[in-house]
Amino acid sequence: MQVPVEGFMYPNEIELQWSVLIVLYPFLTGLVAGAFILASLERVFRVEAVKPTYRLALLTALAFLLVAPLPLQLHLGHPERSYEMYLTPHRSSAMAMFGFVYLWYLLAVLVLEIWLDYRRDIVVLSQTTTGWRRLIYRVLTLGSTNISPRALHIDERAGWLITVIGIPSAFLLHGYVGFIFGSVKANPWWSSPLMPVVFLFSAMVSGIAVVMLLYMLVSSLRKEPIDMGCVDTVAKYLFYTFVIDFSLEMLDLIHRIYEADESFRSLDFMVHTRLYFSQVVLQIFIGTLLPITLLGLTQVLKLTPMVRKQIYVLSGCLTLIGIFAMRWNVVIGGQLFSKSFLGYTTYKMGFATREGLLTAIVLTVLPFVFLWVLVKLLPPWPERDSGALPDATPAH
Amino acid sequence: MNITRRRMLVLLPAAAVAWKYVLAGTPEASPNYQMTEHWWAMLIDITKCIGCGSCVRACQLENHVPDGYFRTWVERYHIEDWEMEYPKVDSPDGGKNGFPVAKETGGKNFFVPKMRNQCADSPCTQVCPVGATFVTPDGVVLVDQKYCLGCRYCVQACPYGCRFINPKTETANKCTLCYHRITKGLTTACCEVCPTGARQLANLKDPKDPIHEFLQTHSVQVLKPYLATRSKCFYYGLDGAVR
Amino acid sequence: MKAFKDTGHLFRVAAVFLAGFIAFLVLRSLLVPHSFGRYGHYRADAIGEIAALPISYAGHQTCETCHSEVVDVKNKGVHKGVACESCHGPQAKHADDPGSVVPDKLDTSMLCPRCHQTNVAKPKSFPQVDAAEHSGGAACNTCHQPHTPAIGAGGSQ
Repeated sequence: MQVPVEGFMYPNEIELQWSVLIVLYPFLTGLVAGAFILASLERVFRVEAVKPTYRLALLTALAFLLVAPLPLQLHLGHPERSYEMYLTPHRSSAMAMFGFVYLWYLLAVLVLEIWLDYRRDIVVLSQTTTGWRRLIYRVLTLGSTNISPRALHIDERAGWLITVIGIPSAFLLHGYVGFIFGSVKANPWWSSPLMPVVFLFSAMVSGIAVVMLLYMLVSSLRKEPIDMGCVDTVAKYLFYTFVIDFSLEMLDLIHRIYEADESFRSLDFMVHTRLYFSQVVLQIFIGTLLPITLLGLTQVLKLTPMVRKQIYVLSGCLTLIGIFAMRWNVVIGGQLFSKSFLGYTTYKMGFATREGLLTAIVLTVLPFVFLWVLVKLLPPWPERDSGALPDATPAH
Repeated sequence: MNITRRRMLVLLPAAAVAWKYVLAGTPEASPNYQMTEHWWAMLIDITKCIGCGSCVRACQLENHVPDGYFRTWVERYHIEDWEMEYPKVDSPDGGKNGFPVAKETGGKNFFVPKMRNQCADSPCTQVCPVGATFVTPDGVVLVDQKYCLGCRYCVQACPYGCRFINPKTETANKCTLCYHRITKGLTTACCEVCPTGARQLANLKDPKDPIHEFLQTHSVQVLKPYLATRSKCFYYGLDGAVR
Repeated sequence: MKAFKDTGHLFRVAAVFLAGFIAFLVLRSLLVPHSFGRYGHYRADAIGEIAALPISYAGHQTCETCHSEVVDVKNKGVHKGVACESCHGPQAKHADDPGSVVPDKLDTSMLCPRCHQTNVAKPKSFPQVDAAEHSGGAACNTCHQPHTPAIGAGGSQ
């Protein structure tokens, strides 16, 4: 398995350590953080226009968060030992601390918020469905069937509080992933205080884009009219977040080019050769400048809903490609050059191997499968799907 | 080389006793080894290295290092005149079988043995999520093969490229400073076989160790000092162009 | 207790979390290795395990206990500082059982050039020759005795 090496690399550096699965992992957690921030826009900042996407955004975040550990497990040399990270976490290790941030976010924020928001529906469904579905709902009620107005009011207040805690938790979730890379002083492509911030903003961009696309897709599948006020607002937030994200990435780039430290020549060569397509073409032009321009057009020009919808779909897809390319460029790009700054290696991605392309594709599709199950289990729009819910039974 | 029978009868028991000591078990059980009396370091003299690769071969044999991976390796540098930022470096198979005749004539040429740097402020131990890699009380960075998850974060964090993942055990591997030898009074495999004495093991806590005198009378360098890893692998004669 | 009316479900959730946390603590006390944390954030037993690994190179002091005449010859020549196993390879098995484990015969035409073949990167003061020119293809030990390589010093083998 001879890997083509150009120049000189330390002998142990020739083979890449982190594969496409480690590219996928920040992409998935980024979608989680972004989807949640979008949901919190309605809940905390009272942006009423995006209300139709609220529940869908939460379920999307949960679906992606459940799949996110899978690429990590598949990548580990000893996945059966991964529990060690929870039992003996090394407090100086960002990776170990992230395990707890993930757990906190999953349980104390996301699951709790979804449960509180859906509790009324769960109680009703536990009384109206039959068979194994009834059992699932009954378990989810945790034995309490109290959906009196006051109980629901308490749920709403508690949910609000959790969202308020959840926003910095979402920032921490993905900012931490950025810190895992940004704190490695050995690697100049990664080591930067901007890394957590760039990761966070690109996460928000990808999360908002995916919820926007899913909302439009699900609405058209349900043959429901798309609420243009909603998507217009979501697209506006996408546009502004994207501009901030792009500015941060350009700041990093310009700073690097200007200071031109010892690593610059090597990194510059790498970007112009091995990373040219994924960095310049995919990430910058197709994945950032093009969607920003398109979205900008919708902000300044008066366009028909039909045209706007098409632009949103196109921009959303391009955005997701661009953010994936950004993760690729950080993870893979950071391993293509030698720490001696004298050479470059190549990434040979397998196909049907444990860390290959096929695995990555399956793991990207899997969250949508999870989402489909969640949408069936906890319908975001119950009134339209299954008819009006029967009146709530009074508290015992 | 004629060993008479009589001599054998005298020498064998002596050898057997020495060998038994060598084979003694853990440092706690080993008769004279106290972790607190040692703070291990390494001294590498670039002016003596001839690039024979004996150290690379010995390390592989002693530590069962898989082919294609290196706990230690030798690099050859060629620097044209004053162009320190553009050296030509090569390390064919880590220098295991020596080096082919160089094509470049003129300029400055030398060999640099590389190995794990014994960092006192080790970045790899800082990032290990579970505590599978650690600095022992006697200053050696080791990997617990039974605890390592194979997450590869430590490999990414090492600025010197001296860690790798062993494909057979799927765990992190690196130079252990032949811990199983130095705790029994032997020296490391690479120091044992180095024909010119370019590599020297040192115990910084032993006031009689020659390294103290050497450090006081010679200019020494460590690799990538700006990363503040407090490396205990001291080089004498290290050119500024060495990466 | 009017303030706590209608909050029963929240207490149930809290109870679930508490149960989970306790389960985690129990698991932790069962699964964390006993020697963990003795010297630092790692399994202290690992130090002993690593120190107990088998040895392949015996070390020149062990060789010298039996082969002292070779040492006497070697100490007179320039290979004084070259350890026995530098050329002879790992001999711990031989030292363990000298009778039955015999070291391989060495091929000097492969062995000697590894150190002594001319290379511009070697220190100038180090004796280097171009093997082909120097001996015309003959094995090095035709003229040199490896333990004391100077010609005419100890006599050829």
